[in-house]
Amino acid sequence: MSDIYDLVILGGGPAGLAAGIYGARSRLKTAILQKGKPGGQAATTSDLENYPGFSRGTTGPELMGHMAKHAESFGAEIIQEEVVDLELNGDIKTLKGRSGKEYRAKTVILAPGAEPRTLDIKGEKAFRGKGVSYCATCDADFFEELDVVVVGNGDAAVEEAMYLTKFAETVTIIVIHDEGILDCNKASAELAFANPKIKWVWNSVLHEIKGDGLVESVLIKNIKTGEISEMQTNGVFFFVGTVPKTEILKGKVELNEQGYIITNDVMETSVPGVYAAGDARVKYLRQVITAASDGAIAAVAAEKYLAEEEGFKERVLNVKEPLMVAFWAPQNEDSIGAVSTLEKIASNKEGKVKLVKIDTYRNQRVAQRYDVKIIPSVLFFQNGQLLDRISGVFNEIDIIEKIANVFSET
Amino acid sequence: MIEVNKDNFEQEVLKADGLVVVDFWSEKCEPCKALMPSVHELAEKNAGRAKFCSLNIAGNKRLAISQKVLGLPTIAFYKNGEKVAELTKDFTIEDVEAKLNDLA
Ligand SMILES: Cc1cc2nc3c(=O)[nH]c(=O)nc-3n(C[C@H](O)[C@H](O)[C@H](O)COP(=O)(O)OP(=O)(O)OC[C@H]3O[C@@H](n4cnc5c(N)ncnc54)[C@H](O)[C@@H]3O)c2cc1C
Repeated sequence: MSDIYDLVILGGGPAGLAAGIYGARSRLKTAILQKGKPGGQAATTSDLENYPGFSRGTTGPELMGHMAKHAESFGAEIIQEEVVDLELNGDIKTLKGRSGKEYRAKTVILAPGAEPRTLDIKGEKAFRGKGVSYCATCDADFFEELDVVVVGNGDAAVEEAMYLTKFAETVTIIVIHDEGILDCNKASAELAFANPKIKWVWNSVLHEIKGDGLVESVLIKNIKTGEISEMQTNGVFFFVGTVPKTEILKGKVELNEQGYIITNDVMETSVPGVYAAGDARVKYLRQVITAASDGAIAAVAAEKYLAEEEGFKERVLNVKEPLMVAFWAPQNEDSIGAVSTLEKIASNKEGKVKLVKIDTYRNQRVAQRYDVKIIPSVLFFQNGQLLDRISGVFNEIDIIEKIANVFSET
Repeated sequence: MIEVNKDNFEQEVLKADGLVVVDFWSEKCEPCKALMPSVHELAEKNAGRAKFCSLNIAGNKRLAISQKVLGLPTIAFYKNGEKVAELTKDFTIEDVEAKLNDLA
């Protein structure tokens, strides 16, 4: 049997790496499974200037290199592995790698991120790597002194177009909106409008990409007039948003219609012990900072889950002897009185019946599982089995009678 | 892996007999660099079956474009100087290995 990790994280982008930092730092045995080099989408953009504390001039690969080292410095293992299948139900979860290895974990954080959306325009697929690109830093070099077209007008599109102007002769941005209207932030828009290498085509969409072996021209359709015009170009860059990389998660955790993982605000998915973080999750803002934030929350939630589940297993489920399990809360007067009554009974029983105190507030998952709605509540366990319960305030006699009934041999 | 460039490409690839695998990459292409260690490993394992070359497109852009390569990562397969297959963008090392086994 291979080692069991406390926490295995699928994906080594900013979400996965931040989760790794928090997980490993709280002494969880943590592994990050990452296909290829860590860093995710953030490592594919040259200028990354809005992550707090890392100002102008910061590059994506640089920031992500720091994050990966940071995670490793606390003991997170970054393993180069593509996860191809997962078994998430049960206490021990298994992630299967393309290498054939299996990774076993008590908790899992899913942080597979997203990938560029494709539009399925005629020629888009055929000319991939032949002039069609989704990654400016990968391919900008080729277009020195050549002309390129950018499709899209959000933050990524306009910022990557600016980067392309360092190489290309002209960068023509095709915008679906009326003249002057962009979806990107104002600062980037102003810079782009002032850049002499950037040309604009308004009210238009890309209709077709043409060429012979390599891209030679594009057909652009004006959505107001319906008119289609041809423009010579050497490259077409698409930045029209992203889609979640959650294909392998279908049927494993709950996804929404677009394939994003559904979580609550502590990053819990529909499966106990399984969390999600970053761009692959249903959320409002998909950026490095929010990915890192998700990762931190997910790791802390996973750690709490482990402490609660392991603690309950050790103290209650794995114990053979008769147990009184008291659900109490320090701020609940009745429950404090109840606990001292139970302590007295336990000491009279001289170890034949033991008392386990569960702070309900810190163990809400367990309380919910056993349907504990009233504090105090006493649940009677033996050999890990729930045999009976008393909900609400009780007196000493109630308990003594219950013990005699439930645990015949005492 | 043999470093090829505009000066020796003709000799090492186009005039070579048998199967030649060319890994097009650049310093700025993160996916290329992520793939590289496994390409090197594959090259070592298959030393007798094909010649493995790597081509840094910095300074060799025209050469890359003449080979109809305009995007990274790209791995091209040549047989007796003719390009017979190519993998570009989303491919894995397993795809490279499968293609190699097809052609070798
Ligand atoms: C061009 C561009 C420019 C951007 N610019 C900025 C910017 O300036 N500022 C900013 O804050 N944000 C920017 N973003 C957005 C930012 O990059 C993302 O929000 C962020 O990277 C999301 O992090 P993530 O960890 O959720 O996912 P990702 O970064 O997508 O990382 C997920 C990782 O998981 C891996 N993975 C997926 N599936 C598997 C599997 N089955 N097995 C193993 N590994 C797997 C992937 O290989 C990837 O490395 C930009 C994005 C793009 C595309």
